[in-house]
Amino acid sequence: MATSAHGTGGQKYDPAKKTRPPELNVLLALILIVVVFEILNRMNGGSFLFNMRDNVDAIFNKQRIDIILLQVAITGIIAIGVTQVITLGGIDLSSGSVVGATAMITMSFAQTALVNGNPNPKAIFGDWAMDLAVIVPIAAALACGLFAGLINGLLVAYTRIPPFIATLGMMVSARGAARWWSNGQPISFPTETYASLSNGDLLGTLTFGLLSWPGQNPAVVFILLAILFQCIMVYTRYGKHTYAIGSNEAAARMSGIDVNKHKVLVYAIAGMLAAVATIMLTSKNLTAQAGMGIMYELDAIAMAVIGGVSLSGGRGSITGTVLGALIFSVIISGFTSIRLDAYYQEMVKGAIIVGAVVLDQWRQNKRSRG
Amino acid sequence: MSEFILETRGLTKHYGGVHALEDANFSLRHGEHVAVVGDNGAGKSTFVRQVTAVEQRTSGTVVFDGKEVNFDGPLDARHAGIETVFQTLALADDLDVPSNLFLGRELYKFKLGPFSILDRKAMRDRTLEALKTTAVKIPNVDNPIRNMSGGQRQCVSIARTAAFASKLVIMDEPTAALGVQETAQVENIIRGLKERGIPMILISHNLRQVFDLVDRIVVFRRGRIVANLRKEETDGNDIVSYITGVKSQLVEAD
Ligand SMILES: Nc1ncnc2c1ncn2[C@@H]1O[C@H](COP(=O)(O)OP(=O)(O)OP(=O)(O)O)[C@@H](O)[C@H]1O
Ligand SMILES: [Mg+2]
Repeated sequence: MATSAHGTGGQKYDPAKKTRPPELNVLLALILIVVVFEILNRMNGGSFLFNMRDNVDAIFNKQRIDIILLQVAITGIIAIGVTQVITLGGIDLSSGSVVGATAMITMSFAQTALVNGNPNPKAIFGDWAMDLAVIVPIAAALACGLFAGLINGLLVAYTRIPPFIATLGMMVSARGAARWWSNGQPISFPTETYASLSNGDLLGTLTFGLLSWPGQNPAVVFILLAILFQCIMVYTRYGKHTYAIGSNEAAARMSGIDVNKHKVLVYAIAGMLAAVATIMLTSKNLTAQAGMGIMYELDAIAMAVIGGVSLSGGRGSITGTVLGALIFSVIISGFTSIRLDAYYQEMVKGAIIVGAVVLDQWRQNKRSRG
Repeated sequence: MSEFILETRGLTKHYGGVHALEDANFSLRHGEHVAVVGDNGAGKSTFVRQVTAVEQRTSGTVVFDGKEVNFDGPLDARHAGIETVFQTLALADDLDVPSNLFLGRELYKFKLGPFSILDRKAMRDRTLEALKTTAVKIPNVDNPIRNMSGGQRQCVSIARTAAFASKLVIMDEPTAALGVQETAQVENIIRGLKERGIPMILISHNLRQVFDLVDRIVVFRRGRIVANLRKEETDGNDIVSYITGVKSQLVEAD
């Protein structure tokens, strides 16, 4: 019995021969892409990942890796939420706009009174809103994300509006709110504590100085959230029911799962994750603009789909999305490294998104053919 | 204690203009196994969906276990003790066998609202146990059931129902897609339920099976119950004439 058992049809079955986890393929693809860009760079006498300058004492090209990490981290945090929504059988087109609106509102409560000894030139509110404790803008951000997510969730769960349309509505409205908030003016100059949310050394604080990774808080937060939600998706009822609903909503309903309530919860969590990304983004850039986050929703969806999350729901993992996020960002910065024109980059990005969806379709066809 | 475990009076379901179920008066005694037969579209599954509260009925009353009940939904019905194999199976294809067996009634290591931690080992062990007692063979319970044959998936659904059976079991065409061996297996599961004294409603198109397994046969035709016969007082041809409308016990109003 150790190597073979018999199925209902009496076929031999080898339990030791497990199917390869799909994440492994994604990881291999990532490595392959990195190698390709490394070779392309080497052909021009440069390097994709490694430091080539003699006057800098480092093994890796820190600048490029930092850019990749920041891009992965901010959009990746959003993609963690988007992954859950897609796994549920839904879609969230609003995350980029929610970032925009949340950025404006949050920054309004994060401003510092004095900039270089002068009153804050970008002040939005009066003195009462200056130099507030950092918890205020954080709470404001989470409340914004929660609010947008709840509306998405309630619309999807309790009306018959398809998720595509419901979140498209939120996409347009939230962008409108972002522009309306300050009549399109950017909001800048946050307090030092707020700026330190991104630029501090969270890893150092968490490990009591054992480790240190200053200025990389977005990446640290992204990794922590990815681990947290990977565990939640695998080990908790929340995760199990998310997969169940995405897999077969009618069956989930018949099995007694409160499908509507669960949907609201998943969209709400996605909204809050967009808010966390916003906090990281604005505290990194030290400013908020109404146009922030444009197209992030598509980047996040692309990351998830590249990572093996099926657009038809029920399949995928946060781990896959993390790898998908890395692939996505490596490709983008890879094209920068070989000096591909920005216009071409946009086109390529579009092609990647469409390509990922085609890949998803292809994977499904392959699966149904057996 | 009432004589009946389940009684429906005037149970009716309209889908817009479609009168899928009309004035169904049905009763089931404790420990009794009853077959519901009828042509495609006769309203059998509709009847099941009203009793199990998958849908809300248009009118009529349901008395279960001595009390008039208005279940909020299938979970409510299940809590009351009704286990069902739906015709659509109600399985999540991307989940493995234990997850499907315990779908909506997961076991936990500790409770924390929606983020309660699942006890995956306990669920897996109990699944293997349930599959063993029902003699259902699944090669690898950790695979998503998408990759399993129709019969295997059906077996998962039936094992789930048999494992949790308490006061009433309903099976909607449980052997529809099964091979000879698997059908015999399911029939054994049903006999096991009979021995345990668990009452059951079996919906089936297989009259041989019906006569083998149940005590009483109820015939549906065009949304109405047209016959209610003890097994001894009827035979296959008789049932067919009720199914096809040649005969009817129903006294038409007009
Ligand atoms: N949701 C619905 N909306 C509209 N009509 C429906 C719906 N569900 C069922 N019906 C109709 O109700 C009638 C009874 O359907 P039901 O599924 O109960 O038949 P059945 O006796 O179970 O048939 P089968 O043997 O094919 O399973 C059919 O005419 C069907 O088309
Ligand atoms: Mg039916």
